[in-house]
Parts: sequence; structure tokens; C-alpha cells
Amino acid sequence: MDFELDTDQLLLQETLQRLLARDYTFERRREIVKSPWGFSEEFWRSLAEQGVLGVGLPEDHGGFGGPVEVMVVMEQIGRSLVLEPFLSTVVLGGGLVRDAGTPEQQSDILPAIVSGDCRMALAHHEPGARYSLDHVRTIARRRGDGFELHGRKTIVLDGAVANLLVVSAWDEAANGLSLFLLDPGTPGVERVRYRTHDGRSAADLKLEGVVVPAQRLLGPPGEGLTLLERAVDQAVAALCAEAVGAMEALNETTLEYLKSRRQFGQPIGRFQALQHRMADMYVMATQARSMSLLATGRCTDPDAVTRRRAVSAAKAFVGKAARFVGQQAVQLHGGMGISAELSVGHYFKRLTMIEMTFGDTSHHVAVVGDAIAAEAH
Amino acid sequence: MNLELSPADQQFRAEVRAFIERNLPHDIREKVLTGKRLAREDYLRWHRILYERGWSAPSWPKEFGGPGWTPIQQHIFDEECGLAGAPAIIPFGVRMVAPVLMRFGSREQQEYFLPRILSGEHWWCQGYSEPGAGSDLASLKTRAERRGDVYVVNGQKTWNTLGQHADWIFCLVRTSTEGRPQEGISFLLIDMKSPGITVRPIELIDGEHEVNEIFFDNVEVPVANLVGEENRGWTYAKYLLAHERVNIARLGEAKRELRQLKRLAASRPSGGRPLIEDPRFRSAIAELEIDLLALEYTVLRVLSHESPDRDPGPVSSVLKIRGAELQQQLAELKMLALGPYALPHIPEALDFGWQGEPEGAGEWAPITGRYFNMRKTTIYGGSNEIQRNIIAQRILGL
Repeated sequence: MDFELDTDQLLLQETLQRLLARDYTFERRREIVKSPWGFSEEFWRSLAEQGVLGVGLPEDHGGFGGPVEVMVVMEQIGRSLVLEPFLSTVVLGGGLVRDAGTPEQQSDILPAIVSGDCRMALAHHEPGARYSLDHVRTIARRRGDGFELHGRKTIVLDGAVANLLVVSAWDEAANGLSLFLLDPGTPGVERVRYRTHDGRSAADLKLEGVVVPAQRLLGPPGEGLTLLERAVDQAVAALCAEAVGAMEALNETTLEYLKSRRQFGQPIGRFQALQHRMADMYVMATQARSMSLLATGRCTDPDAVTRRRAVSAAKAFVGKAARFVGQQAVQLHGGMGISAELSVGHYFKRLTMIEMTFGDTSHHVAVVGDAIAAEAH
Repeated sequence: MNLELSPADQQFRAEVRAFIERNLPHDIREKVLTGKRLAREDYLRWHRILYERGWSAPSWPKEFGGPGWTPIQQHIFDEECGLAGAPAIIPFGVRMVAPVLMRFGSREQQEYFLPRILSGEHWWCQGYSEPGAGSDLASLKTRAERRGDVYVVNGQKTWNTLGQHADWIFCLVRTSTEGRPQEGISFLLIDMKSPGITVRPIELIDGEHEVNEIFFDNVEVPVANLVGEENRGWTYAKYLLAHERVNIARLGEAKRELRQLKRLAASRPSGGRPLIEDPRFRSAIAELEIDLLALEYTVLRVLSHESPDRDPGPVSSVLKIRGAELQQQLAELKMLALGPYALPHIPEALDFGWQGEPEGAGEWAPITGRYFNMRKTTIYGGSNEIQRNIIAQRILGL
């Protein structure tokens, strides 16, 4: 049993820390937030140059590493509140192409992800689904060799900046979900873009008679749900790591504030009520890190039941910790905590969005609860 | 990074499990699993069985007769014992006074006491808290005055656990009133048979006798029973407390309690359906399982890069806070699972083999009492508030 990073992983961490310290200060991030969709092409290219966009992807397409390397990157993304679509592109999109793509799809897409040319988004969520992955009303009908898609997708994270989508649809012929690679510029795709509270962006899609050729089917027809569940579990583990990075940075910032802010003639960190609050935030973040490590270690487990239970447990805990740390950090900063001037409020917003992505705490507690009940029977 | 135990550790777990399976006496196991009272002899019988195997002091290095296990192996051993329903090793000798003697005791103290702790010949208890010195332990007033080659001890200790069974007590006593309160404290080893010692039971809210007051009236203690230097006892006490907190998470026992909670929820009907079908109760169990997992992996992280001398430092306060809270929540949910059957108080039902009315009482009787009893966990071993002070001061620098 070993929870340490190896030399290469530490090197990746240092490389990214150096890059972020230079190119992603809070001031620089503020400028990127002001861009139309919260995205910097220049920074995305820097990530590509450092090889970061190949993390978790196969070596023969320019990638390296696996879930631990993804965790390392996501922690730094969390610490610096990086807006760019690493999770959507590399973990979700790249992961699906890695696991389910044909050799042609892989050599077409994976090197383009690594080089920074391809930005992906997962167009799966639909109205009424909430956090269920199996609620899909979009339909795929066979048409000639290919397919025709009809339906609606909402809250497509990073859908505003993506140039390649993975769309899920009910495949009538296969009687199951199928996944499709889709250029958002394809005739019949209507994309409505909007911003999210954390400075990022998303999109809603209307698909009306969108024609997809057979070679853009991703994975076996009708097997989409299994593929999605696996990809989403890996994305959830990655989000846990991002939340841990954000929580730790937020705790550091808050601790500094407690030591420097003076009231009643002394630093407010002298007051026991605030010390205990800060201690509880530390306790939560420490355990959240443990759960992130657990999720990272189990998110590729071939046994879906083991994988799901560990990943859901982690997301449930990390969500609870993120909410606690975020709310308390704001409280300890007083009025400054709710001003947009400091990073505190921005960490709080991102942590909140993380909890609301791919299942909040009560959703994942219920997943674990169902597993417990199934065991009892 | 690797979450799996090494093949050697997996082998070790199998070996421990098989040993417990073969050697843990059935009646003792039943008592532990059903929450019945354990007699002094029950603890000692199991201790001697472990002693025969060389496992009675899991945390000890080989040079003092311990098995020399790694922190992870010790954790595996504790977990297997807890899961199987073995009685907890009474910590006061093996886990508390022994590490202090190994680090600060004289050669003579080590040679006399350590083998007797190992064999179970000496049952130890702890004399720390006093009526006026709880969280503010350094304000303790029990005096030890040097007269020739003895200390004469006068004063009162309280919240002494299982001292009614003990042969020896380690005590913090005041040997000086000069300087800061911490600077006048010494660490004494006292024979419980010494004239002038009175042990008086304290009844707790569960109706049980677990803790005592101990009165010292001109008790003479040979100077040879001073550990380390006079007035340096506070350092030794802090060293001991850090050791106490590592084990305080009690994961094996907590996992066993969780398993019993699930069984209870699956078998207790609520309006004609098993309680586990109630989504709120099911979620409460799930949340507890998740919290326990978060604690387990935090413990494993601490253990996996711990130095062999086993002082993990202030992070042990994190483990103490969460371990204590989760033990309480487990006890609370088990009581809630009983519904109205939480009400009957039948002290005789805690005796092994009791069969009586009302139906099910034998099985459920210990649960509510345990809920009351477990309120102790966030109070003892340095209250959870004191642990938060430690985190704030020593980790966060506030």
C-alpha cells in the first residue's frame, strides 16, 4: 500500500505548478473569465506544449500516464481555478475514444487532443434526467449506412468551446444507447451557448434530423450506457481531485486571512470559535484527499459494482466537504468572502458547481444506500 | 500509488484471521459480538492466548518481546481482531505505559515491567484526570513529596478506567509548584496494593461500573518507580497521549458495528417492511459507511508513511476527532434502529446466557446502554475540543 507519487508524477506536478504560477495568476484568470466563453486559446496551447493534454491517453497517440496523472493535473486545475476544458476534452472525450474508438477514430482524434486542436464536450444530459445516466430521449434512427439524430441536450459542459461532441442517443435498432462523434457545425445542430456560475460555459443543443455517418458511431451500438458509466466514474474521480486542490488552496487562503486580519486588537485567528472552525475545515479537506485517492485507485476497476461504490462514496464525501469548506471559508472572511474581488468567492462557486456535476452528495449517498440494501437481500 | 496490500501483507491478514478463527474462545467471542459484560478473566484469557503466539503487544518492537510489525501490519491485526469479535487489548499497559517505559524508563523498569505487561501478569490503569484537572490536565494537584527513598503521594484521581481490575497504576503527580504548571509534574508507577489507596466506583449513565475515583492517602512509592526525571512527566504524558490517539479510531470495531447495524436494519420491521427499505434510514447508514471509509483511508495514509517509533504527530488529532464521532454515530443509529425497543433497561440481560422477557431483549439490551456510554468517546483521550485546539495550534499555527 502506497499513497505517494512517483518521480515522473512529481515532475508533472512541478511542471504544471510552474506553468500556472507564470500564466494563470488570479489576475490573468480574471481576464480569461471576461472572454466570451471563459477560454484562453493561448493557455490551452501552453498546456498542449507541456504535454498535459495527453494525460491518461495511450502512448502511441502521444499520451502518457493514467488515473494518478489525471489526479495530479486535476488537483492543480482546482488550485488555480483553471477554466479550460481539460475534464471534458481529455478525461471524458479522450477517455471514451481511448476505450471505445476504432483505430481510425483514435488516430484521427487522440493526437488532435494532445496537440490542443481538438476540444471536446459530452452532450448527454437531457431535460428531466437530473443525475440519472439512463434517461435519454434523443433518438438515433438508421438511415442508409449511417444515422439520423433527433432530440435535445442540455447543460453540455464546455459545449460552448468544444469543436467535437460525443452525443448519446437511444438507438432504436440496437435497443440501447449508442454514442456518436459529432461536429457541432453539422447541419441540423442548433447550439445555444451560455456561461456558468464558475466562469466556465456550457451549451444546449437541438438536434433535428442530424445526419451522422456510420464511421462516427463511437463504440458498439447499444453499448453506450456501459461506456458512459465507466467514463463518468473516471470523470467523477477527476472532479474529486479538482475539489481537493480547490479546498486545500481555499484553506490556505483562509488561514492566511485569519492570521492577518485584525479585530478587537488582535488577529482574528486568536479566537477559539474561529480556530475550531478552521480545524474542522482542515479535518474535512484531509479526509476528502483520502477519498480522492480512493476514487483514483478504483475508478478503472473492471468490476463495475466495486468501482461505482467507491467512486460514489468519494463523490458523496467530497461534495459534503466541498460545501462545508466553501461555506465556512466565506464566513471566516466576513464581507470580503462574498465580494468578487478575492479568490475566496470564486473557489466557493467552483466547489459548488463541482458538487452539482455528475451527482450531488445526496444522489451518491443514495447510490451507496441502494448497494447496501442490495447486499442485505 | 497503490491501494492494495502487498502480497506479504495479504498473507499476513490471512494468517491473523486463521489464528483468531482457531483460537478465540467461543464464549468470549459471543460476549463481544452481543455486547455482554466481559469479566477480568475474559480479557486475560485472550491476552494469554495471544501471548503464547507472541502477539500480545502488537505495537512493540522485537527487542522488547513484541512481534516487530510494521504500522500497516499492526493495523491489519487490530482490524481482524475487531471484526472477529475479539476483546480489545486493554491499552493501559501495552499501548500506553509500555511505550513510555521503552523510551524514557530505566533499564530496571524495562526489565521488570515490560515482560509482565507482555504476559498479562500486570494489569495497568491510568491516573491522569482529577476532579479539578480534566482538559486542563496540567493543573493537577495530586502531590508526591520526596522523603528519603520514597515519594509520599496524596490526592485524588478520577475517570480511571477498569482500575478495579488493576495491579498497577501510572500516575501524573505534582512534585513542584515552581514555574509553569507543566514543569512540576512527574510520572510515577504505583502498586495498586500499596497501603493508602482506595478505589471507589463511579456509576455511569448506562448503569455500569467502568470507571473509578482513586484516593491516595500517604501512599509510599519507591523512588525507583519514578519514570525518567523528576518534573519532566508532562513530556512523557504528551508522548503517551499521541500513542493513545492513533489507536483511538478503532476501525475494526467500527466496521463490526456497521455490519451489525446493517443486519439490524435489515431484520427490524418498520410498519411491516424492513427498516432498510426506508430511504432516510438507508441513507443514514450509507452516509456513515462513507464517513467510515474516509476515516479508514486517512488512517491508512498516516500509517503508510509513519516512522517506526509511531508518533504520527498532531495529525493523530484528526483521527481522534473522527474516530470518536463515528463510534458515537454508529451507537446512535443502532439505537434508532430499535425504535420503541430502545426503552427497556434490563441490566441482567448483559450477563452471558441470559434468556428472558421481553422477546428479543437479550439481543437488543446492550444497544441503548452503549449509546449512552459512547458519549465518552468525544470526551476522553483529550476531548474533541482539545483536539481542535491542537490542530489549530500545532498544524495550522494559529
